[in-house]
Amino acid sequence: MTTQAEMQIAPSAHAHVERKWWHYFTFCEDHKVIGLQYLVTAFFFYAIGGALATAIRTELATPASDFVSPNTYNSLLTLHGTIMIFLWIIPAGAGLANYLIPLMVGARDMAFPKMNAMAFWMVPPAGLMLVLSFFLESPQAGWTSYPPLSLMTGKVGEGIWIFSLLISGTSSILGAINFLVTILKMRVPTMTIHKMPLFCWSMLATAGLILVGTPVLAGALILLAFDLLAGTSFFNPMGGGDPIVYQHMFWFYSHPAVYIMVLPLFGAISEILPVHARKPIFGYKAIAYSSLVISFLGLIVWAHHMFTSGTPAWLRMFFMITTMIIAVPTGIKVFGWLATIWGGKISYNSAMLFAMGFIAVFVIGGITGVMLAAVPFDIHVHDTYFVVAHLHYVLFGGSVFGIYAAIYHWFPKITGRMVNETLGQIHFVLTFIGMNLTFMPMHELGLMGMNRRIAFYDARFTSLNQLATVGSYILAVSTVPFLINAVWSWMKGAKATDNPWNALTLEWQTSSPPAIENFEVLPVLTTGPYDYGEHQSEEGKLPPGASPALSGSSSGS
Amino acid sequence: MLAGIILTLASLWYGQNHGLMPVQASNDAALVDGLFDTMMTIGTAIFLLVWGVLIICLFKFRRKPGDETDGPAIEGNIPLEIVWTAIPVAIVLVLGIYSFDVYNSMGGFDPDAAGDPGVQVAMLSEGGSAMPLMDAASSKKARHNHMALGIGASPDEIGVAPDVTVNVLGMQYAWIFTYPDLGITSGELHLPANKNVRLNLKAQDVIHAFWLPEFRIKQDTIPGIESELRFTPTRVGDYPIVCAELCGAYHGGMASRLYVQAPEDYDKWVQESMPIVENDSQTAADLEKLASTVALGENRSDADYLVPAAHQMGLDAKALEQLHYTMPHDSMRHDAISHELMPHDSMPHDSMLRASL
Ligand SMILES: [Cu+2]
Repeated sequence: MTTQAEMQIAPSAHAHVERKWWHYFTFCEDHKVIGLQYLVTAFFFYAIGGALATAIRTELATPASDFVSPNTYNSLLTLHGTIMIFLWIIPAGAGLANYLIPLMVGARDMAFPKMNAMAFWMVPPAGLMLVLSFFLESPQAGWTSYPPLSLMTGKVGEGIWIFSLLISGTSSILGAINFLVTILKMRVPTMTIHKMPLFCWSMLATAGLILVGTPVLAGALILLAFDLLAGTSFFNPMGGGDPIVYQHMFWFYSHPAVYIMVLPLFGAISEILPVHARKPIFGYKAIAYSSLVISFLGLIVWAHHMFTSGTPAWLRMFFMITTMIIAVPTGIKVFGWLATIWGGKISYNSAMLFAMGFIAVFVIGGITGVMLAAVPFDIHVHDTYFVVAHLHYVLFGGSVFGIYAAIYHWFPKITGRMVNETLGQIHFVLTFIGMNLTFMPMHELGLMGMNRRIAFYDARFTSLNQLATVGSYILAVSTVPFLINAVWSWMKGAKATDNPWNALTLEWQTSSPPAIENFEVLPVLTTGPYDYGEHQSEEGKLPPGASPALSGSSSGS
Repeated sequence: MLAGIILTLASLWYGQNHGLMPVQASNDAALVDGLFDTMMTIGTAIFLLVWGVLIICLFKFRRKPGDETDGPAIEGNIPLEIVWTAIPVAIVLVLGIYSFDVYNSMGGFDPDAAGDPGVQVAMLSEGGSAMPLMDAASSKKARHNHMALGIGASPDEIGVAPDVTVNVLGMQYAWIFTYPDLGITSGELHLPANKNVRLNLKAQDVIHAFWLPEFRIKQDTIPGIESELRFTPTRVGDYPIVCAELCGAYHGGMASRLYVQAPEDYDKWVQESMPIVENDSQTAADLEKLASTVALGENRSDADYLVPAAHQMGLDAKALEQLHYTMPHDSMRHDAISHELMPHDSMPHDSMLRASL
C-alpha cells in the first residue's frame, strides 16, 4: 500500500526534470506532451475554422452574394466543416484523452508511445494541406463531398481534401488503438473496471467507434479518389456508378463521428460535475454503460442523414426507430448529471459554468435530434437551417462547451497554475449568449424555408440572419478573453496546488504539472473516483492537499 | 406539483402556438405539422425541466463561502433511474408510431414510391429534337419496371392515377417542368388546386433536392435514379420551389415558383402554354431574339456560371422556344422576385437561356 510519505516524493521529483518549451515541437513520446500538442494544434485550427465561420456569417448578413463569390463561399463552408470536425473537435478530444487517460488509470504513459507521437504528427500536415488548399484550389463540395458534385468542382482541391482526410483518419485510428489498449491493459491493479473514471469509459466507447467507422470512411474516400483521378465509376452515375453507395459509406463513419466528437466530452462532464458539486456521480454504472450503448446504437443510425435521398421506405423507418432510441441512453446521462449537481455544494467557477452550460445547450440539440429522427418531419427540414441549428447545438453546445469546461478544469493540473476566474466567467457569458444568438434563429429559418449551404437567400429571411451574424461576432470576440486568460495564466497565474479542486481521481494525486513518468510510486486505490461526502462522517472535512484516493493517507499531512 | 402543472400548461400552449411553420398548402402539411406540434410540446417540457433544474441549482445549491464540506453522498436511486429510462422509452415509442402513421398517410409506403432504387439511364435525349423531355409512355413503362423513391399515393389513392403528372428535371441551376400529356415545358410549375399531382423527379448532372416548404415535402433528385412526389395542393397561391442539396456555386439561386391555381386559371394557363406550331426551321437569329425578350436585365449574367450551365443543359432550340411561350407573361413578376432575391445575381433559368444561345 502506498503511504503518504511515498506520495510526497512526487512533487519534489518533478522539480528536477522539467519540460523545456522546445520539447513541444519535437517528436516526443511523453503522452502529456502529445496531449498538449494536440490541444494547442487543435485550437490553432479552431481559430482558422472560426475565422471561416465569421466570413460565412458576414456573407449571410445580406441576402445578396456580395462579400465573397459564390465559389469562394462554397470553399468557406467546405473548409469550415472539415476543419472544425477533423482538425478541431476530434483532435481536441484526442488531446484530452492523451493527457488524461494514463494519469487517470495510474499508468506512466500510453501503451504505444511511439505510435502515439506518430498519430499526433499526422495532424499538422493534414491540416496545413487543407488550409493551404484555400490559396491553390479549394474543395467546394461541402464536408460531405457527395459525388457527382465532388467529382466536378476541381480535381486539385478535391484531391487535397481526400488526402488530408485520409491522413487525419489514420491518425485517429492510431490514437484509438492506444486509448483502447491503455484503458484495458494499463490500469493500476486495484482499479477494477467499475472503479475506472467515467472519462475512460467514454473514451473506450469512442475508441471502439473510431476503429469500426474510420476504415469505412477511408474506403469511401479511396474509391472517390479513383473516380476523381483515375476516371473510374464507383460513384459516378455517368459511368453506371451509384452515388448513394458513397452516401452510405460516408455516413457509416460520419454519423458515429458525431459521437466520436461528443462522447469524450460526455466523459469530461461526468468528471467535472461531481468535483465542483461535491457529490458522487449519480448512477455511475448507468452513465458508464450508456456510453457503450450510445456507441453501439451510433453505428446503426447513419441513414437518418439520407431520409430524402435514395433510401427506401422500410429503411427510413428502421433508421428512424434506431435514431430515436439513442435518446434513451442520452437521457440517462443528462438526468444523471442533473441529479449529480442537485443538492450539491456547487462552486461556480469557469469549469463548472461551462459544464452546466454544456447541459443547457446540449439538451436543445438532443431535443431537435429526436425531432429530426421523425421521418415525416425530417423530410421537411432536411438540408435546411434547422439542421444547421441542430448540429451546432450538438457540436458547439456539446463538444466546444465541453472542451472549454475540460480546459478550465484541468488547466491547474496541466500548467501548475490557476486560471483567472473573472476572465473565465466573461468568456462563459459571451460564449453562452453568442452561441444562442447565432444558432437559435436558425431553427426558425429552416422551418420557414431557408435551405442550407447557400451564398444568397430570399430577402424575407434577412432579419433572422442578421441576428445570427451578430451572435457569431460575439462568439468570435468571446475567444479573446479565453486566449488572454490561457496565455497570461500559464505564464503568470497563481501557483496551483497538486489538487486544487480536492478531486478524487488519480490525475489529481500527483504533482501539478505531473512529473515525466506521472507517478513516483504507482498509487493504490481505496476509494472510488467519485466518493464525495462518504468519508466525512469518519474524518470530518478533508484537509486541503490530502490524497483521499489513497489508502493510508487518511487525514492530515 | 405546481411547477409540474405550469410546466405542462406552458408546453401544451407553446406546442400549439410556436408559429414556426409556413402556411399549409396541402394535406401532407397538416399531418406533418400535427407531428411537429406534438414534438414541440414534449420538447418544450423537457427543455423547461432541464433548464429549470439548472437554474434552481444556480441559486439554491451554491456552495457557501468557507464551507469546505462535501454534499450528501447519494450515489444513485434505482427507482428514479428506472423512471427516467422508462419515460423516454415511452416517448420514443409514441413518436415512432405517430411518425409511422403520418408517413403512411402521406403516401410513404405506396409500393410505387417506397421500393428499392432502380437505376435508370440518363433521361435527356442528347441530340435532342425529342420533346417533351420524357414522353408519357416511356415513363409509365419505367414505372412498371422498377419502383421509384419518395412520397407516393396516400393509402386511399393507391391504384388511382394522378390527375396531373409533371416530369421535373433538376439541373445546375434550374428546374425544368414538362407536362407529358400537354406537351408543355416550363421553368415554373403550375398546378390546379385540389387535384392529385404526381411529380416524376430526375436530375441531369448532380444531386439536387426538390423542396416545397409550404407542402412539407422534399425529395432528392439523383442522376440515374427516378424518384417521385405525390400530393394534392389545397391552397391557391404561389410558393417557392427550393433546391435543398448543395449542387454547386449557384445552388442558392436554384429556385423557382409553384403556382397553385383555381381550375379555370390553370386551364387558361395550359391553353396559353401549349406549343402552337411545330416548326423546325427556327434559326439561331430568331432564337436570339426570343431569348432577349426572355432575358431580364443586363447586369445579371455571370459567365462563370452560364457557360457550364449552357453546356449541361441539353435543351435544344425547340425546348427553348417552348420555354419562351411560358415565360413572357410571368416575366414582370419574375423580375420583381428575382430582384428581391438576388440583387446582383442572375435568375437561373433566365440566364441559362441567354447562355444557351
Ligand atoms: Cu440544385
